[in-house]
Amino acid sequence: MNSNIWVLASADSVAIATTLILAALGALFTERAGVLNLGIEGILLTSAITSFLTADASGSIWLGLIVGSLVGALLASIHALLSVVLRANQIVAGLALVIFGTGLANFLGKPAEGKTVSTIIRPLSFGPLSDIPLIGPVVFQQDIITYASIVIAILSSLYLFRSRPGLELRATGDDPATVDAQGLSVASIRIRYTLFGGLLVGLGGSWLMLAQSAAWHQAATTNGVGWIALALVVFAGWRPMRLIFGAILFGFTLQLPFTLQAEQITFIPSALMQMLPYLATLIALIALSRPSTRNKLGAPKSLGIPFVRDER
Amino acid sequence: MTNTSHEVAKGPHHASGAAPSALSAHSIVKRFPGVLANDSVDFDVLPGEVHTLLGENGAGKSTLAAMLCGLYQPDSGYISRNGERITLSSPRAGLHHGIAMVHQHFRLVERFTVAENVILGSRDLSYKLNRSELEDKVAAVAESYGLPIEPGATVGDLSVGQRQRVEIVKALYQGAEILLLDEPTAVLVPAEVEKLFENVHAMTQAGKSIVFISHKLGEVVEISDRVTVLRNGRVTGHVSGRGAADTKELARLMVGRDIELTTQRASHATGHEVLQIRDLSLSLNGVSVLSDISFNVHAGEMVGIAGVAGNGQRELADTIAGLMSPSSGSVAISGSMTTDRGPIHARELGLAYVPEDRLGMGLVPSMSILDNLLLTRDRHIVVDRTSVRPEATRLIEQFEIKANGPDHVARKLSGGNAQKVLLARELSGGRSATKLLVVCSPTRGLDVGAIETVRALLDDARSAGQAILLISEDLDEVMSLSDRILVLYRGSIVHETPGATAQLSTVGAAMAGLTTEGNS
Repeated sequence: MNSNIWVLASADSVAIATTLILAALGALFTERAGVLNLGIEGILLTSAITSFLTADASGSIWLGLIVGSLVGALLASIHALLSVVLRANQIVAGLALVIFGTGLANFLGKPAEGKTVSTIIRPLSFGPLSDIPLIGPVVFQQDIITYASIVIAILSSLYLFRSRPGLELRATGDDPATVDAQGLSVASIRIRYTLFGGLLVGLGGSWLMLAQSAAWHQAATTNGVGWIALALVVFAGWRPMRLIFGAILFGFTLQLPFTLQAEQITFIPSALMQMLPYLATLIALIALSRPSTRNKLGAPKSLGIPFVRDER
Repeated sequence: MTNTSHEVAKGPHHASGAAPSALSAHSIVKRFPGVLANDSVDFDVLPGEVHTLLGENGAGKSTLAAMLCGLYQPDSGYISRNGERITLSSPRAGLHHGIAMVHQHFRLVERFTVAENVILGSRDLSYKLNRSELEDKVAAVAESYGLPIEPGATVGDLSVGQRQRVEIVKALYQGAEILLLDEPTAVLVPAEVEKLFENVHAMTQAGKSIVFISHKLGEVVEISDRVTVLRNGRVTGHVSGRGAADTKELARLMVGRDIELTTQRASHATGHEVLQIRDLSLSLNGVSVLSDISFNVHAGEMVGIAGVAGNGQRELADTIAGLMSPSSGSVAISGSMTTDRGPIHARELGLAYVPEDRLGMGLVPSMSILDNLLLTRDRHIVVDRTSVRPEATRLIEQFEIKANGPDHVARKLSGGNAQKVLLARELSGGRSATKLLVVCSPTRGLDVGAIETVRALLDDARSAGQAILLISEDLDEVMSLSDRILVLYRGSIVHETPGATAQLSTVGAAMAGLTTEGNS
C-alpha cells in the first residue's frame, strides 16, 4: 500500500470539505431562522460560474470570490422573497431555485466551456511545518479559504450559542410567534439570515471553482455537493462544530473512489463508492420529512413553515 | 412652570383619589370585519390594584387587552398612562411604557432555558451573553417577587404552572409595571391557581397593576379589587371593592339575563353496564400513554374523566371510539367487544362520539349541516338528501341551532352552534340508537349561554337512559355534571369518587399527581 496516496487523500478530504463547510453553514444559518432553502445546489453552480467569469475577465481571484459570494446572496434573495415575503411553499420555491440556478449557470457558462482559470487559489506554505510527514500536507498545506471556513464555523458556533443575536436567531427558528411577541420582526430576521446563508453558499461555490475545479464542467462542477451540504446540516444536528467533522468525513468519502482507483483496489465497484454520499443525503432528507425524527435530530421547530401572526 | 398632571402622577399612589390611573382606556372603539369588538369602552387600572375584565368569549375583553398592550390599535378613542396620552404602535412600544401581556398560549421557546427565555428580546443586553451571570440576574428578579423558578431549567421540562411563572418573571424582568393576564387560570390545576393568586398579591403589594382577564366567576370574585363586565363589546357594569361582587349579579351582567350556574344532578336509577373497559393499555412510539385502565359506564350514568390536558384523555376517547387500537386490554360496548374492529363497528353498537376538535374531527367545515348529518346516517351509493332533510330541519329546531336551515355551511356557524349540530347528530343516532355517548370538552370555547344549553342536552341524554363518558379539562364541569369522577394522570386512573361528594381539593390534588393515600 502506498502511504503517500493516503496522505494525499487525507489532505484532499480536508480541501473538499471547504465547500461543504461553507455551503452547509449557509444552509444552517438559513434553517436556524426557520427557512428551508433546498436551492443550495443551484446557488453553488451560479456562484461558481460567475466567479469564474469575473476572475477570467479581471484577472483577480479575489474579485471572483467576492462577486461569486454576492451572486449567492442575490439568488437567496429570490428564495427569501418567495418563502418569507410571499409565504410560498418553501420546498417548491427551493426546488425552483435549483432548476433556475442550474439553467442560469449553464447559460452563463457557454463562453467558459473548455477554458481554465489562469490563476487558481494557491495553498499557503508554513515553511518547515508544511514538511512534517502526514500532518504537514493535511494541516499546513491548505489555502486561506479552507482555513477561513473552519474559523467561520467556530465563530458561527459562538455566535449561535453565546450571543444575543444568536439567541434571537435560534428563537426565530423554533418559535417565531414568541419572537414576534417580543416586538422583533420575524420577517426581517428570516430575510437577513437567508441572504447571509446565500452569501456563504456563494463563497463555497466560488472557492470550488477557483481552487478545486479550475474548469467549467456544467452541472458536474458541483456534482451534487449542494445536496450533500443539506444532508450534512441534518447529520450535524444544526450545530456548526459537528458540521466541521461531518464535512471532513463526507469529504473523505467523496474522494475515496479516486484513491481506491489509484491503489488499484477494485473489489468495491467505484460507482458504488461514488453513490455513498448521495445515499446519505437521501436518508437525511427522508429523516427530515418525518416530524418525529426531525424533532429528535434537533431541527428548528418552525423549519419550512411560513410565519403568519394569528389574528383573533 | 405649572403643576401638570404628569407631576401628580409621580406622587405616592396611595394618596387617596388623587392618583391618576396607571393605565386607562378612553372611549375605545375597535371594529373587525362584520363585528364591533369594542364599542366606546372605558377602562382603567390603579397602581397596586387587580382590575378584572369579565365577559363571555367574544365579549371583546381580549381585543381590549390587545390594544392596551400594543398588539392592536384602536379605531377611535385613546389610551393614557399615568394621565398622559400615549400611542402604542406595537407590543414593543407597550413594553417601553411598562405594559406587558401574559398570553393564554405561552410565548416561550421550549428548547431554551428559563433564563434564555426571560432575556429574549430584552433591549439592554450586551452582545455577548454570559450564561451564569444572566441566570443570577433572572433568579434575583424572580426572588424579589417570591416567584420560585430555576433559571437553568429547560422550559420544555416545566409544568404549565411553572411556565406561566416564567412568563410573569419575563414581564417583570423587562420592567413591566402593568401586567395583563389573559385567562391565566384556564390551564392550571387548583393548587397552581392558588399559587398564581399568591404571586398576584405579591406583585400588587409591590405596586404593580394587574389586569385580570377571565370568564370564571368564582375566581374573579376571589382575586379582584374591581370588576368591569363586558358584553357584546360594551361595558355592562362595574363592581368595586374586594368581596363586594356577587356571583349571581356578575353572571347577570355578563349574559344579560339570569342563568342557572349549577346543574342539579337528578336522582335516577342507573341500568346495566354499557361500556366496559378492561386493563386497557396503549403505547405510542414506545411511550406508554394509557396503562391498565378499567372502568364501566352504566346506562343513565354520566362518568366524568378529570385531568390536566395531555394525560391520555384524547387517546382514551379515540380508543373507545375505535380510532386507535390498544396495545393490550379490551373495550366492550353493550357486551360486544369493539377492540381492533374499527370505528364503524363501534358505532353500530350504539356509540356516539363528540371529539374535542369539533370543526376538525367532528364536522366537515365546508359541508352543510345536512351533509354533515348524512355522514353518520345509512350509507347508499347515491346520496339521499330528501329523506334526511326533514330530520335536519327538526333537529335545528329541537336543538335551537341558529342557522339559515339545513344548507347552512358548518364553517359559518358559531362555536356554540357548531357544537349543537355535532351533539344533535350524535345524540339522534345514526345506524343504530345511541347507547353510549363519549364527549370531549363539550363546552370549551363556548359562551355561558351555550354552555348552559349543551350541559342541559347532556343531562337530558342521561335522563333518557344513555350512558355518557364526559372527558373534560374543565374541572368545574366534571364536578357539577358527573355521577362518578375518575381522575386520569399520566395515563392511569389515580382517583375515583362519587360526583355528589367529590371534594375540589382532593380531585385537584389527584390531577396534579399528588395521591393522598399513604403520605398524608
